[in-house]
Amino acid sequence: MIDFEIPTPIKRQVQFITMLGEQVMRPVARYYDEHETERPWDYINLIWPTIRERGGRSFSIEDGKEKTDKEGKPRPRIGYLMLAHVVEALSWGDAGLYLCTPGGGLGGAAVDATGTPEQKERFLKRFGEGEPKWAAMAMTEPHCGSDTAAIRTTARLSEDGKEWILNGEKIFVTGGLMAAKESRGFVVVWATVDPSAGRAGMKPFVVEAGTPGMTVTKLEHKHGIRVSDTAAIVFNDCRIPYDNILGSPEVVKGDTEHKGFKGAMKTFDATRPLVAASALGIARAALEFTASYLKERGVKVRYGIAPHLQTAVERDLIHMEMQHRAGWLLVLKAVTKMDAGEENALEASMAKVKAGQVATYVTQKAVELLGPEGYSCKLLVEKWMRDARINDIYEGTGQINRLIVARRLLGYTSRELR
Amino acid sequence: MISFTPSEEQQLIIDTVRRYAVDRMRPAAYEADEKRTIPYDIIARGWDLGLLPSAIPEQYGGFGEAHQALTGVLAAEELGYGDLSMALYLMTPNLFAIPILHYGTEEQKQKWLPRLVEGGFAPYTAALVEPRWSFDPHALHTVAEREGNVYEITGHKAMVPLAADAQAFLVYAREGETTQAFIIERGTEGLAVLERESFMGIRALPTYELRLDDVYVPASCRVGGEQGIDIDHLMNYSRVALAALAVGVARGAYEYARDYAKQREAFGKPIAQNQAIAFMLAEMAIEVEATRLMTYEAAWHLDKGHNATQQAALAKAYADEMALMVTDRAVQILGGHGYIREHPVERWLRNGRGFSTFLGLAMV
Repeated sequence: MIDFEIPTPIKRQVQFITMLGEQVMRPVARYYDEHETERPWDYINLIWPTIRERGGRSFSIEDGKEKTDKEGKPRPRIGYLMLAHVVEALSWGDAGLYLCTPGGGLGGAAVDATGTPEQKERFLKRFGEGEPKWAAMAMTEPHCGSDTAAIRTTARLSEDGKEWILNGEKIFVTGGLMAAKESRGFVVVWATVDPSAGRAGMKPFVVEAGTPGMTVTKLEHKHGIRVSDTAAIVFNDCRIPYDNILGSPEVVKGDTEHKGFKGAMKTFDATRPLVAASALGIARAALEFTASYLKERGVKVRYGIAPHLQTAVERDLIHMEMQHRAGWLLVLKAVTKMDAGEENALEASMAKVKAGQVATYVTQKAVELLGPEGYSCKLLVEKWMRDARINDIYEGTGQINRLIVARRLLGYTSRELR
Repeated sequence: MISFTPSEEQQLIIDTVRRYAVDRMRPAAYEADEKRTIPYDIIARGWDLGLLPSAIPEQYGGFGEAHQALTGVLAAEELGYGDLSMALYLMTPNLFAIPILHYGTEEQKQKWLPRLVEGGFAPYTAALVEPRWSFDPHALHTVAEREGNVYEITGHKAMVPLAADAQAFLVYAREGETTQAFIIERGTEGLAVLERESFMGIRALPTYELRLDDVYVPASCRVGGEQGIDIDHLMNYSRVALAALAVGVARGAYEYARDYAKQREAFGKPIAQNQAIAFMLAEMAIEVEATRLMTYEAAWHLDKGHNATQQAALAKAYADEMALMVTDRAVQILGGHGYIREHPVERWLRNGRGFSTFLGLAMV
């Protein structure tokens, strides 16, 4: 039955985060934008107990057990739906700070998507105890971004077969510093166990923070989301236990579409709708702020009036709002399918394409509508524009996601549609 | 609890109407457009689907189920996918029935609803649009003035579907500061159906201008009696209907362009294997899907009894743009073949362009 009612626990959670956003995140957003090398410990320490209480599994929200209601009927899973709302609301508060939220993050998502039950327990348990920790995912290399199958970082077995030895360089690791160095977290590193096997040889490895041979060599200076660290990490004969390879170590040659690489794609099915949710959280901040700023100055949006009576500003605001809504509904559909355990790669990429574009458009338009005020650092609007821009780039650019959508719709392989 | 999966009953409606759209409407659409005629046998079959009667309670001659905008938009998308002219034709009696169902007095419902749903397709219609670029349903130039127990209505209407055959009209007019609706029977003195109109698209749908020169009707013809109607609320049923039809038209154009691009070869491979084409198709599919979800959401709010003007207006505005973008790109993907009338995409572009002006031309 087609229905748009959002479950009450989610509404309550969003209310709580909105309060957090207003009272904790917004007041320090500008400061951390201007002091990008400082860590936002005030925010981190405040949010950590909440994260820890939930097992810290911010990306690992279902424990696999069947949930039932009072009458014993199976309760629908709402984990990813909840998470999309949480991510959206935190990003509404501040996207940079949201990315500093301790917990599993993208690394946790990769463990979740590709790890065995034993590995999930071993790697994710830490987020439910002790001090704040982070996990990051390292995929991109200096010579390859979207073309993930071309990675050169290698993992070879030690002679006694007990360890993997990693060599290579990863860049643009979101939260890499916090995960690799400044907490007892970990980095999920994608490396190839057999360079001749192409995608089939790609495997995810968990490298614990502080492992010798793993070095954070650089922190990027970015257009936006400045408070979130973006690290370059070098692996130089970095030895990790054999059991830290996520999923199966087996390489099946000739099946390039489905093994190894599949793990990365599965991770993206989970994370892309969440990146889209983050994008739309920023867009909503810009949209709401612009609408209320203008309303206070006598420019009000009238819905349902004849088009020729709309002012140019009204038309822009309506346009921004409808674009935003379109994106958000695509996100909701993608996460709803995820919760139902259905294949959602198409919906995930559709949501990502739309949201990346919408967030960019809405925030850029907000700057325009507010004129010199919008461009000024007095307000957060210009910052939201810079923060939003990353969402059409990371976790697959808009173009890569269009390619994925097109291949799925047209029934083409990556060879047929390059 | 949020869900994007139709119930079994909803899916049955979708499947049934889709079958009708594909088997009946599609094959007849080209000729209907060229000759500007509606195939009445196909309309009769469409009427047999029982879409309007199932929205009317048993006491008024229907099948007794509650009126649901969501059910209506599910069906409307499929009808739009079949053919827009025939879809609008088939849905024309809704324009008369739905305002009476929601706002009519008990007497009005008992008098009119059974006539609409008990027999075969009956041409009842409504006159909202006026022939002016600045048409505004909240500020109509057609005026109703009350003198005692009689209304005098004067004005000029356009885009009135099926007016030449209509047995009665729901005429919208300005009364003071509000828009109200009046039931005017065929043959009432002062009511003149002018010549059939001709538009860029929806060419098989017969629409007419209407003149009202000092038309006198009893006060009992005002829909809802003393309470009248809420035009905003009623327009929302039109907004979601048109948005759903736009989704259907655009989906048809997207699918046609997709299939064409996979089969048409240039430089030794299907043109769909070029990113320039593939990306267009991806964006078309994304926009069709997004519009569908916005339409469902607005219809859901309407059915919940929420004030849905914001959602319905956003869905409609979004659908207007989407329908144009998608049908236009379909023409582009077919290239020269898209421009000739043997392929349906140029017709869909002509139809798709109309949505921004169609307010009031359909209701669910």
